[in-house]
Amino acid sequence: MSSPLMGALRGSGEMFALAGDALRSTFRRPFQWKEMVQQSWFVASVTILPTALVSIPFGAVIALQVGGLVRQLGAQSFIGSTAVLAVVREASPIVTALLIAGAGGSAVCADLGSRKIREEIDAMEVLGINPVQRLIVPRVLAMMLVGLLLNGLVSVVGVIGGYFFNVVLQGGTPGAYLASFTALAQLPDLWAGEVKAVVFGAIAAVVSSYKGLHAGGGPKGVGDAVNQSVVITFMLLFFANFILTAVYFQAVPQKG
Amino acid sequence: MGVEVQIEGLSKSFGRQVIWENVTFTLPAGEISVLLGPSGTGKSVFLKCVVGLLKPNSGFIGVGDVDVVSCSEKDLYEVRRLFGVLFQDGALFGSMNLYDNVAFPLREHTRKSEREVRQIVMEKLDMVGLAGSEKLLPGEISGGMRKRAGIARALVLDPEIILFDEPDSGLDPVRTALLNQLIVDLNAQTDTTMLIVTHDINTARTVPDNIGMLYHRRLAMFGPREMLLTSQEPVVRQFLNAQRHGPIGMAEEKDADELAQEQLAGIKLPPLPPVVLQLMPSDGRPRPSQHPPGEWCRRNGVTPPPGSFEGDVTTAPGPVPRETRTVPALADPPLYGEQQYGGRHHG
Repeated sequence: MSSPLMGALRGSGEMFALAGDALRSTFRRPFQWKEMVQQSWFVASVTILPTALVSIPFGAVIALQVGGLVRQLGAQSFIGSTAVLAVVREASPIVTALLIAGAGGSAVCADLGSRKIREEIDAMEVLGINPVQRLIVPRVLAMMLVGLLLNGLVSVVGVIGGYFFNVVLQGGTPGAYLASFTALAQLPDLWAGEVKAVVFGAIAAVVSSYKGLHAGGGPKGVGDAVNQSVVITFMLLFFANFILTAVYFQAVPQKG
Repeated sequence: MGVEVQIEGLSKSFGRQVIWENVTFTLPAGEISVLLGPSGTGKSVFLKCVVGLLKPNSGFIGVGDVDVVSCSEKDLYEVRRLFGVLFQDGALFGSMNLYDNVAFPLREHTRKSEREVRQIVMEKLDMVGLAGSEKLLPGEISGGMRKRAGIARALVLDPEIILFDEPDSGLDPVRTALLNQLIVDLNAQTDTTMLIVTHDINTARTVPDNIGMLYHRRLAMFGPREMLLTSQEPVVRQFLNAQRHGPIGMAEEKDADELAQEQLAGIKLPPLPPVVLQLMPSDGRPRPSQHPPGEWCRRNGVTPPPGSFEGDVTTAPGPVPRETRTVPALADPPLYGEQQYGGRHHG
């Protein structure tokens, strides 16, 4: 068997092992509350502003595209509903995924990678402290939490952006927009979006932690690790998004 | 009292590249040992294997009644508490200041109050001469200070075994001498088993009770210092005396042709330099684990080179920086059994 294939297989295996380790260590005392709060704050601080800034134009694009399409189909009365559906179900988990992986994951990977090459991780292990429990678990939970909250933020900002573009710029009627909100969209759409965001946060955290912990070869190794972690996370997130969406449509009956 | 570390048949390779094979020796409890070897012979890899950071391909590392190579992860974390390790660059946590770095193991592993932690941390920082620098971040201090802070952190849980990864690399001769003195003093006070990995022959000649040497993917020799310092084995002799002629070349090992040429050219190895006295603890009293000078030679019928074990020889010959011995002036001549030695005043 060729060695790159073996390497890829081994890498994925180790990544799953790390995820398993992190899951097991989550329930091991003492839980690192302080580290988790710090990491949540850290990940939030690197993602909040870009997320808000990305979600405004994203909401606008959806409003324009969907608005145009709905008008062509002659279903103006459903314009608010379609915008909400598009934002809450699909757009906001995707934006969250991009930001969690691109901003949060890369920061976590760079942090762990530089610790790794400075032998800090080794030192921690030698001091009898399990780095998975001490460092990885708080990061995974922090990114899941921040993913959840970011998804809420993106949904709100996206819907407001859509409203603004539809009503103010495209001359839609506020009443129709608001009244049709619940015509097609339903509460499970929001839950599905939040579940996606949490899963994305967990995937991004595990991948970036794995890549960070296996950085090697000096400062260049850290750069490579960050690059790989972002690329791998993107691929996995879009794939996971597809799976989750398919499962959601099978599991939850749609309105109308 | 320190703990013995038994190493048996240890082998390590990365892929097809063999680092070393079949390494067997025992670190005697409470004694200072040095592991020597030319650069790139896997000395640091060896240390990482001993503390279980790397897994050897085969072999046995016995610490207490635990085999580090095959034990469970839980046992590994338990056994690591016996170890204190100084990494090459100190491996301090970059986000914490020196105080928090040294306090870290105490806070993680003990339920001591902040006051007790403070007392212990300040004591250890004082021991390595860093009192007053505790608020600095690792990025703000010199390499030597990082090393000393790393030692303070390694000491803070009162380990039974301390491993030093090149404590003298990148330090000036004075700091190296002070650091060596610190190591000897620590051993005298705490009776800890110590292993120093280095390629500084000056340290190797003066500090340890035992010397081991890695060369050519195996352990060339391990034994009491006098055994290696009087050894005629070409590799050991060349390395410990920093000579150009011998089996070690610029590219790890010379090939057979070059060696044959050297022999044809009739290059005679210079005579062995005298075996110097060991570095004594600051109080001048021999460490509990220290053997009287010349004992091994007498027991094994080896005649040490002339001038050996005399008080004021300077150390290593050759181009290494000369270090004045740091045994302080003593008020009373120390006793070694019934035999008196070392009472001369230096400096």
